[in-house]
Amino acid sequence: MIKEKFSEGDSLFHRLDPRVKIIVALFFSVIVAVSDKYTSLWGALFLAVAAVIVARLRTKEVISRLLVVNSFIFLLWLMLPFTFQGERVYTLGSLGICQEGIKYALLITIKSNSIILVGIALLSTSSIFNLVHALRHLHLPDKLVQLFFFTYRYIHTIHSEYIRLNNALKIRGFKPQTNLHTYKTYAYLVAMMLVRSYDRSKRVYNAMLCRGFKGKFWTLNHFVSKKADFAAGIVMISCIMGLVLLP
Amino acid sequence: MKEIEKEAVIKFVDLSFTYPSRDYIFKKFSFNFFKGERIGLVGLNGSGKTTLFHLIMGLLNPSGGKIEIFGKERKVENDFMEVRERIGLLFQDPDDQLFSPTVAEDIAFGPLNLRKNHQETKKILKETLETLGLAGFEDRITYNLSYGEKRLVSLATVWAMQPEILLLDEPTIWLDEGTIEKIVQILNSHPHLSYIIISHDKKFLKETTNCIYLMDNGKIRKI
Repeated sequence: MIKEKFSEGDSLFHRLDPRVKIIVALFFSVIVAVSDKYTSLWGALFLAVAAVIVARLRTKEVISRLLVVNSFIFLLWLMLPFTFQGERVYTLGSLGICQEGIKYALLITIKSNSIILVGIALLSTSSIFNLVHALRHLHLPDKLVQLFFFTYRYIHTIHSEYIRLNNALKIRGFKPQTNLHTYKTYAYLVAMMLVRSYDRSKRVYNAMLCRGFKGKFWTLNHFVSKKADFAAGIVMISCIMGLVLLP
Repeated sequence: MKEIEKEAVIKFVDLSFTYPSRDYIFKKFSFNFFKGERIGLVGLNGSGKTTLFHLIMGLLNPSGGKIEIFGKERKVENDFMEVRERIGLLFQDPDDQLFSPTVAEDIAFGPLNLRKNHQETKKILKETLETLGLAGFEDRITYNLSYGEKRLVSLATVWAMQPEILLLDEPTIWLDEGTIEKIVQILNSHPHLSYIIISHDKKFLKETTNCIYLMDNGKIRKI
């Protein structure tokens, strides 16, 4: 089972209406993505860190997720400083490190980290299913919402098929080694996993058809927006607007 | 006999069906099911019992012959929409049936598809859970249920659509005696219900059905 670790806590953000959270996170991401003022961006990073602290998540797990994102950004740091044209600050053999490049890489680093942090603080504090419902309530096209829902649902299915197959290997004493037998077994495992998940997804779809599914999901639980949700939304949006106005 | 009982609600005429890379499962297969009947279906593994259910629900398409359900010929996907709203199929594997996060949402899925409003759906949900002895299960996560619980919840998801006919595919397999007894009681306390049950459990069939059909070599006969 894929755990949604962050959604299990209890904090201001966990209790907030997911629709408000989606709107705020979207607004924040757009503002951060288009802005190129350093003061605004440092401010954004500050807000993002503050949001994570308010969400009371485990620091260790937040950092481990950031590491994944930053491993990609690290590649940019390897490339960008060398490939920009402009004033050289340092020469390394025949390669020149360019100030523009460093600035650009720094910009991307701040932007992506703040967006990810806000995503963690706002979005991952809701369960996937609440997010799906929220998107539906925000009148996103049904097809997109279903795509999102089924992607999640079938990642889960594939994962559980993997665990079953892996257990089947284990109980018959399989130990991975560097030999053809191991490679062959893993190839079978992957192939079998895909075939079986595909079959299962077909059977689940059939079961849905049998219960009158015609391509539209109807929600059982409706969200009720409280005044507090609305107020929190306004406060957060104003903070983000404030970023833009920073000198 | 009343007029309505004379007319077969499910009627297969000279039906053929074959899976790729296999011989015919059905060849010139004919079968009638009448309203009010409660029949058991037995046969060797691979004799086409589950296939029969899937043909009734329109999940598989025959290669020849005719399927008539509720007095109308059913050919294309659209014809089967109505069938699926009036006949409930319980799958062999509950993991195929349950896909919503919570029990309540999974059970509500069918009634909501039937365009019941919220109040009605919640009422059906409550009644279904009570009938099947699952009260208090509303917010349980479907994939964390035990196997027996999953089977009962699967039955509940079909039950909630208030079908006229139930098709139960091995409903007792791997269940303990207490749970089987519960299912027997549920079925017997609803005498108006028609159903076909695939099962290898002779005792269970004896307690819940009036007659038993045997499927063998693409043919079906009463025993």
